[in-house]
Amino acid sequence: MEQAKKMNMKEKYNTMTGDLAWDFSYKTEAEIFPLSDFEGIKIEDWSKWQDPFRLTMDAYWKYQGEKERKLYAVIDAFGQNNAHLGVTDARYINALKIFLTAVTPLEYGAHRGFAMTGRAFPGVGAQVASQMQSIDELRHAQTQLHTISQYNKYFDGLHDPFHMFDRTWYLSVPKSYFEDALSAGPFEFITAISFSFEYVLTNLLFMPFMSGAAYNGDMATVNFGFSAQSDESRHMTLGLEVIKFMLEQHPDNLPIIQRWIDKYFWRGYRLLGIVGMMMDYMLPKRVMSWKEGWEMYFEQNGKMLFDDLARYGITMPKFWEQSVEEKEHLTHQLWLTFYSYGHAAAFHTWIPDDSELDWLSEKYPVTFDKYYRPRLVYLREQEKAGKRFYNPSLPQLCQTCQIPMVYTDPKNPTKRVYRETTYKGDKFHFCSDACKEIFEHEPEKMSQAWLPPHQIFQGNCGGATIPDVLKYYHFTENDGGEFLHSRDNANWNMWKGLTPDEEAA
Amino acid sequence: MAVKAAYENYSGPNRDAVENFHGNQLVYIGWDEHMMFPCAGVFPLPPQMPFGAVIKEVVPAAFSLHPDFANIDWGKVEWLLDGKSFNPTLDKSLEDNGVHHKSLIRMITPGLNGINNSGF
Ligand SMILES: [Fe+2]
Ligand SMILES: [Fe+2]
Repeated sequence: MEQAKKMNMKEKYNTMTGDLAWDFSYKTEAEIFPLSDFEGIKIEDWSKWQDPFRLTMDAYWKYQGEKERKLYAVIDAFGQNNAHLGVTDARYINALKIFLTAVTPLEYGAHRGFAMTGRAFPGVGAQVASQMQSIDELRHAQTQLHTISQYNKYFDGLHDPFHMFDRTWYLSVPKSYFEDALSAGPFEFITAISFSFEYVLTNLLFMPFMSGAAYNGDMATVNFGFSAQSDESRHMTLGLEVIKFMLEQHPDNLPIIQRWIDKYFWRGYRLLGIVGMMMDYMLPKRVMSWKEGWEMYFEQNGKMLFDDLARYGITMPKFWEQSVEEKEHLTHQLWLTFYSYGHAAAFHTWIPDDSELDWLSEKYPVTFDKYYRPRLVYLREQEKAGKRFYNPSLPQLCQTCQIPMVYTDPKNPTKRVYRETTYKGDKFHFCSDACKEIFEHEPEKMSQAWLPPHQIFQGNCGGATIPDVLKYYHFTENDGGEFLHSRDNANWNMWKGLTPDEEAA
Repeated sequence: MAVKAAYENYSGPNRDAVENFHGNQLVYIGWDEHMMFPCAGVFPLPPQMPFGAVIKEVVPAAFSLHPDFANIDWGKVEWLLDGKSFNPTLDKSLEDNGVHHKSLIRMITPGLNGINNSGF
């Protein structure tokens, strides 16, 4: 029997992607792809879609299968070796609690979103790329759950991430960011997630968590990070290609895409503030400061990217200067916010020790000693005197980003920024001009925001008292509050045989 | 501007319409130069509540943990309502004082500007 000739890469790619599509005979394209044009994006020729990886479905399954086998072998070893004792100290686990409750559900959201784009885009190249990313994201959600659940046996706050994500006040920040994109059309979704998030901002999400894990002895999370790395580089490349593709297809696409870039840059930046707080306050061994990260990944690399996109008419995202002006204040203000609402969070908060305060002084020479060190020192003294500070009121949230309205004017850092607008006779409040502008562009949508404090007062969150609401969130009495008095800390000191003097913080 | 949606005349519920608050309206209250309370608080209050009762009942529950609170001279407090300076009449209701659903009240306490005058 004659052996079939082996296909080269290009032939194989064409056979295994382009040829997977079929021609429609009894329905029109508009009937089959009803979501492809309402956003105003014009695509003249879907065949111009280029996949730089030329990854075929069969190769995809093979690579991913290999990665899974390696990952799960390490997870098994982790469980057998009490590897949870290898982390720097029990404070580190709180970074994982944020990751598992705030990021892992986004992976699942991305899985849903790319399944949607894979169905909605009329071009087969885009369908296949979306399908692969959809499966990648499901894999990320699963592997993160399996990795981090190792710690759930030993530490509080890790037991119910998806339930918490759908209900908890501070988790409405990532949730609303993602659902804003998910509930838009396929082009807005892919711009929001593939470009603004995966391409422009992802280094500031993955680098801090994965390097943070490596610095702090968390080999389980490092292992997940390695397993996701090649997926991430594929996703980043897709993000850039997709923007270029849309811009090359029709000149009318430019203003629409620019507005999406502006919007999701800002929303993504607001979301990343929580990661910044983790970098500056929660990692016992720091990787770099938020400010350094922002300078390197956004001010330098981001600037280069936007210089490169200038030939298409794309400019730096609107309000980017604001992000730079805030960089010396952002993380301190957020940590103090979570500290003051620590009784209503599913992770612990604490005041850094003196050497950590010195690190912050060094990294934030303009602001830290002047504004933030005195506050932290005051709160530490209060705690020592048995008066650990918790804010008794529910916070006023920004209608758009859903973060408590804690941001200040960088030129006047003890003055809060208050912005408001009126829509259909009601007032809406914002943390920034950017959040206000996002609302004003789509008030029909943004006025529907599910703001947790307001929902509590509407009677939709299990009751009117804090214990009622925490029960509705599925928080246990050990999940939140001061780290020093936590069960995590007590267990850690017992496992490690530490005396009170040797303890963390 | 208006949202672009997959179908015409897209709209949704105003999630925080005043009717949803069981006879209350939302009022935000913040204390300037006291960042120990990092943001304004939100309170569901009856529109008929006298402003004086807000000062007696709501404001202390929100802010009395701050050492400045005990030193407030209430005759000297300056108020901002939705960004404009404002002289509340204490025995009049929120409604009659012009405090509406989702109004923001800011409290300024001259001479009391946080721990060691630091704005905290
Ligand atoms: Fe992912
Ligand atoms: Fe905001």
